[in-house]
Amino acid sequence: MGDWWTPTMMPDPSLDTKELSSISGISMSPSRQNLHHSLHSTMALPKTSYSVLSAFCTEENISQCIAYINQEVCSLGLTGVSLESKSGSLSAVPVLNLLYEVLQLQRRAQRALHELETQQLKNGSDLEHLQHSNCRLKDQLEHTRRDNSGLHEGERQLQLKIKTLQNWLKSEKEEVQKLQSIISSRATQYNHDTKRKERECTKLKERLNQLLMDKRDKKLCESFQMSYFCILCLHLCSAIEISNHVGRSDGKRGLWKTGKMEARHEGEMYRALLSDYETRQRSLMMENSELKKVLQHMKKDMITILSPKKPCIKTEPANDSLEQAVSEGEEEIGDSSRETLEQSCEQAREQLTNSIRLQWRKLKSHMERLDSQASLVACQEREGEEMMSRKEHEEEMQRMRMELQQCKEFIHMQQQLLQQQLSSPCDEETAALLNDCYTLEEKERLKEEWRLFNEQKRNFEQERKNFTEAAIRLGHERKAFEEDRAAWLKTQFLNMTPFVDRKRPALSEPHSALSVGECP
Amino acid sequence: MNFSEVFKQSNQLCKVSPDGKYLATCVQYRLVVRDFNSLQIVHLYTCLDPVMHMEWSSDSLFILCAMYKRGLVQVWSLEQPDWHCKIDEGSIGLVSSRWSPDGRHILNTTEFNLRVTVWSLCTKAVSYIKYPKACQKGVDFTADGRYMALAERRECKDYISVFVCDDWHLLRHFESETQDLAGLEWSPNCCVLAVWDNCLEYKILLYSLDGRLLSSYSAYEWSLGIKSVAWSPSSQFLAVGSYDEKVRILNHITWKKITEFEHPATIINTKAVVFKEVEKRPVVGSEDLSIHQLTVDNSLFSTQSKYEITQLPAQVPVIKPDPDRANPKIGISALAFSADNRFLATKNDNMPQSLWVWDMQRLSLLAVLEQTAPVRCFVWDPRRPRLALCTGNTKVYLWSPAGCVSVNVPVEGSFQVQSLFWHCSGSSLVLLSKEHICLCGASVASFCLQ
Repeated sequence: MGDWWTPTMMPDPSLDTKELSSISGISMSPSRQNLHHSLHSTMALPKTSYSVLSAFCTEENISQCIAYINQEVCSLGLTGVSLESKSGSLSAVPVLNLLYEVLQLQRRAQRALHELETQQLKNGSDLEHLQHSNCRLKDQLEHTRRDNSGLHEGERQLQLKIKTLQNWLKSEKEEVQKLQSIISSRATQYNHDTKRKERECTKLKERLNQLLMDKRDKKLCESFQMSYFCILCLHLCSAIEISNHVGRSDGKRGLWKTGKMEARHEGEMYRALLSDYETRQRSLMMENSELKKVLQHMKKDMITILSPKKPCIKTEPANDSLEQAVSEGEEEIGDSSRETLEQSCEQAREQLTNSIRLQWRKLKSHMERLDSQASLVACQEREGEEMMSRKEHEEEMQRMRMELQQCKEFIHMQQQLLQQQLSSPCDEETAALLNDCYTLEEKERLKEEWRLFNEQKRNFEQERKNFTEAAIRLGHERKAFEEDRAAWLKTQFLNMTPFVDRKRPALSEPHSALSVGECP
Repeated sequence: MNFSEVFKQSNQLCKVSPDGKYLATCVQYRLVVRDFNSLQIVHLYTCLDPVMHMEWSSDSLFILCAMYKRGLVQVWSLEQPDWHCKIDEGSIGLVSSRWSPDGRHILNTTEFNLRVTVWSLCTKAVSYIKYPKACQKGVDFTADGRYMALAERRECKDYISVFVCDDWHLLRHFESETQDLAGLEWSPNCCVLAVWDNCLEYKILLYSLDGRLLSSYSAYEWSLGIKSVAWSPSSQFLAVGSYDEKVRILNHITWKKITEFEHPATIINTKAVVFKEVEKRPVVGSEDLSIHQLTVDNSLFSTQSKYEITQLPAQVPVIKPDPDRANPKIGISALAFSADNRFLATKNDNMPQSLWVWDMQRLSLLAVLEQTAPVRCFVWDPRRPRLALCTGNTKVYLWSPAGCVSVNVPVEGSFQVQSLFWHCSGSSLVLLSKEHICLCGASVASFCLQ
């Protein structure tokens, strides 16, 4: 808005310039819209403001205008326009140049403005972004602070719980100890009481025994006093009634109890104990020697396994240890012969167990080394071919899956077809058709046979007819023949007269028929 | 499997002679001796009172019949049926009576355990042993019959006396370190005596033949302790069953525990086989229920049963004992080693229907047999690794490493098997019901009752 300068400012160019510059400075306001507006307004200026500008330069004040413009232009750093023309007319070239330069300035200024605007936009967006992130981080911080406090709270509660449990445990332990002490004190009391009761009991038993013995003695005495033959009920005392004494089970006679007998018993007892110990010791010795043999074998096997003949070891330190092992192994093989001689010696035994332990440790470390080597090699292989093998693997898997799917479908289809076949069809016609097609061949064959059969039947009928006709004919002929025969016999009979010769030639033919008929 | 006829008996008194030739049963007053193979009656003796205890002598020549009420012991001879012997303890009473290993002496324990009287059948000598201890097992003889260990109690202390059975000479007499001795048992090799305390204290002591204390073992304090003890036939192991439902095995070299067998309610061990008895009732049609059928065909009421293998993990039925009563029904009350030393059978009282069989070579559980009723009795075959058990119903069950089978006793009426034992050759089993006996085996003659 400061671009507009009123014509009233015209008479004071110096003031005007300052005001203008200040105004033009204001014109470079940060607001875009204003700028646009102002730009547009500057663009649109020529037309509308021409009327205003015309107020600046008139016919009368050309030189003043020129002087003013020169001033302004000088302040901007451009070359001024000289007024070197007659009759005060301006030459167009310098004016155009000036204009051009002013335009250039204007463009430059615009560009700078544009750049500043973009820069400001950028800064604005950056600022926004930073503000957002700031907000976010603040929220996060708040959130974590809250979590932290929550966890602290939880930890505190757990600590409390631990404390209470520990207290409870302590109290329980104390109670247990108290109970145990109560039990022990009660136990001692009970023991004391039972001992007292036991003593009383034994006293009673003694007394009872005494009484029974006394009764028995009394009865025995009484029995002695009485008659020899009185049979008294000696029921009160114990006695044995035996018809005759039995011999000892081993057939020998009983021996007297003497000191020698006692010594013999002792001897027998110790002999029994000793024999038991000896058998036990023998079995233990055998077990021991067997186990030692097993250990020796194990040791030898381990030494052979760890020997450097095997080419799979590559690493340096392994070689060293192996050489060591071999040298030790050789020593020990030499030792083993010595060991067999000094089996029972403590040192030999320790030596054997120590050497076994050493070999075992070596074997273990060797195995571990092999394991690590194998895993390393496997890792390397895997890394190199990882992508390839995985891809291949996946392709393979895909292929197999497809195949599987196909097979499944195929089987399913087969199943369906089979099912259809077996189950009863819903359509009668199709069923009939299906059944028909199965029996077609048979039907054809049957038809053929029927035809043949019918033909034969016809033939047979024909023949039968012929036969019947022939039979009828034969019947007729027979009848005729019989009639002839009867006639001949009649004539013959009638010819049994002397008038034979006259009738003979008439009978010659029937005679021949008769002779034929008579000769079967 | 053949089953013989059923014979009468009373008081579960039925014993086979040590040489395996004869079978003696007591029916109230009578003593019936049969030949084992033919089951013919060989001898018949009559005692003066109903017999409470009957025992064969070790040489199978004599039989002892004890009548505790009247304090009498009668001895019968097989060789000479008219030989008789009667021991009358009189008013001193009689609590138990047994043979000595040589078969010529009888040891009678008087009432109130006042003394043990040793009567000789060979001589007129009588010996008395004072202060014997009244406990679960106070007397034991070695397997070779040479020595006898007797527990005594004087002045509230336990003592052990070792006698030579030859002439009843007192070999050793030493104090036992127990509080209240409950039992003692010789090892089968006759050199070690195991002595254990009563259930209030867990302590088992091992004494050598000459009275030296070899070792002492105590698993825990204060809780109820040892309930049962068994030696393995080779004397290698000593199995101790206790109230905490565990069996601890001690070895004979160091007398330390080598393992303990637990009896958990859930079996997870995958190598064990759990056999469960399953009963199947026969289906009866209504037209079959005639009187004839009911009387003759007893299979109508008897149920068949077979074993099924249960999948692991398996649950074992547990019966919680009453905590307020004394002698609670909890803990290992019965242990038995097989004759070849390879198996151990145990019974836990709070799992009364189950029997556990352990493999002694691997020291792990081999099989669990779960029955439909509490197991009453189980015995190993004296020759083979075969276990026979009964639960009080009409069946006999056999287990061997190959498997197990349930056999119905095909006797008229119902024969409820209360206990059983093997013949010494391992070829037959003698089954006892409340009032009868029945023999079963591969070679048992099934005779009609004479």
